[in-house]
Amino acid sequence: MGVIERSLPDNKLTEMIDKVVNWARASSLWPMTFGLACCAIEMMAAGASRFDFDRFGVIFRATPRQSDVMIVAGTLTLKMAPVLRKVYDQMPEPRWVISMGSCANSGGIYNTYHVVQGVDKIVPVDVYVPGCPPRPEGLMYGVIKLQEKIFQMKVLRR
Amino acid sequence: MAVKEEQQFKELMAKGTSLGQVDEDIMRQNIRTQDLWVNMGPQHPSTHGVLRLILALQGERIVDTEIVIGYLHRGTEKLAEARTYHQIIPLTDRLDYLASPAMNFGYVLAVEKLAGIEVPERAEYIRVLMAELARISSHLLWLATHALDIGAMTVFLYCFREREMVLDLFEMATGGRLTTSYYRIGGVAHDLPEGFLDKVKEFCEIFPKRVQDYDDLLYSNRIWLSRTVNVAKISAEKGLALGLSGPSIRGSGVNWDLRRANPYSVYDKLDFEVAVFDGCDVYARYLVRRKEMLESCKIVKQCVEYLEKTEGPVMAKVPKVFKPPAGEVYFATEAPKGELGYYIVSDGSNKPYRLKIRTPSFANLIALPEMVKGQMVADVIAAIGSIDVVLGEVDR
Repeated sequence: MGVIERSLPDNKLTEMIDKVVNWARASSLWPMTFGLACCAIEMMAAGASRFDFDRFGVIFRATPRQSDVMIVAGTLTLKMAPVLRKVYDQMPEPRWVISMGSCANSGGIYNTYHVVQGVDKIVPVDVYVPGCPPRPEGLMYGVIKLQEKIFQMKVLRR
Repeated sequence: MAVKEEQQFKELMAKGTSLGQVDEDIMRQNIRTQDLWVNMGPQHPSTHGVLRLILALQGERIVDTEIVIGYLHRGTEKLAEARTYHQIIPLTDRLDYLASPAMNFGYVLAVEKLAGIEVPERAEYIRVLMAELARISSHLLWLATHALDIGAMTVFLYCFREREMVLDLFEMATGGRLTTSYYRIGGVAHDLPEGFLDKVKEFCEIFPKRVQDYDDLLYSNRIWLSRTVNVAKISAEKGLALGLSGPSIRGSGVNWDLRRANPYSVYDKLDFEVAVFDGCDVYARYLVRRKEMLESCKIVKQCVEYLEKTEGPVMAKVPKVFKPPAGEVYFATEAPKGELGYYIVSDGSNKPYRLKIRTPSFANLIALPEMVKGQMVADVIAAIGSIDVVLGEVDR
């Protein structure tokens, strides 16, 4: 939104514009396929025929440049952490992160020498989805929660 | 300008050639190519996880491949040393997360061999039933993603439809979709729920027809054929020397299936064919897995037949504090990806002294540089798909 972002007074007009912008952002969340481990399979299942993520406007993209949200699905290791950060930095703003599964939330059962104990040590996380792995419905609920969060955002208003 | 080129320039000028012609001649004489090193991964949609490849290219042709792994190294083997034998079962789930019952199976069989536990026959049949369903679900996901990588989107949606049916069965029996942890040392956690076998029968009725659906899309599809036939070939000798196993070596005409070659559990009582094709290429490996899905379906049917007729315990008597005798054991089973071996060293305590896991994907991945040598860049994707690597298993 550039220079006018969060600089205009809070009135009916700016509120309405914010609503439209938020509606557009929330209804076409394009996640980046960041499948790391087991949870990636449930993420794929969520995108496939039965659960059909497309109806939420969620279409998986293979490049960070075209995506709005990163679903970190799986165990993040120390070797992978710089890559994750690099990919996150390549995403255009505004960007969100969903941490999917116990490993991404907190390290899960892998309290070992090579596992990052939670992706929130590397990137800021918006929504945590618990489970090992979470069911596709769980991920779907996480996406809906993220949409609710986006609707609360102030774009033009101070 | 280099000294050599300067000399050439002077010679040509002395002959009286025009300036433009001189430049062209010099360029033609001094032109040379060099290998281009291209990085692929670890974040790449077609590497099936976090595999990184470094490719040396001559134009579009691959001259060398370097595999970089360890992006999903979670320290399972080390973690296992601090856990009791029962507590390791959930860790094995997460090795090959596409077929967790098959991973549990190898582990519990190894521990049972170490401790000399006799397992009730009904439990054995339940285990084989679950392992074969896992093989079907693993191969379905393989077909879905492999076809998606090569460019056939529809197959992905079709395969997931049937995969959801299998996962529903898992959920019904074990409560989990992917990570089931259903097997126990000495049997299975509990007997199958009511109505489960009817659901399995229903699935076995539908499934062969659905395989026909995939065949309509792929089997003689011209695009599929040109992307797979004669691509990423590996001979039987080379494959054996590199330690290939499972469908990857059976696609090179080697009749090696541990379920037949070294029957464990109740596989010697079951009637099935080992899928062997001798094309040595990606298409042959596709045919092997396609046939294996149908054969697994046959095995499942036989298990259901047995389980419907019999009743009985599903758990042997195993003490709560389980301490196997000191010693070591290696036990190999046929997982969906190939030979899965567990090597356990016990010092007589309730935790293993060392647990080494010989995972099929790790061994199969070594064959990738051999397969793609001299192939086009796009064929790397087909080759990775055809050996069906799962990075959870490679890095452990």
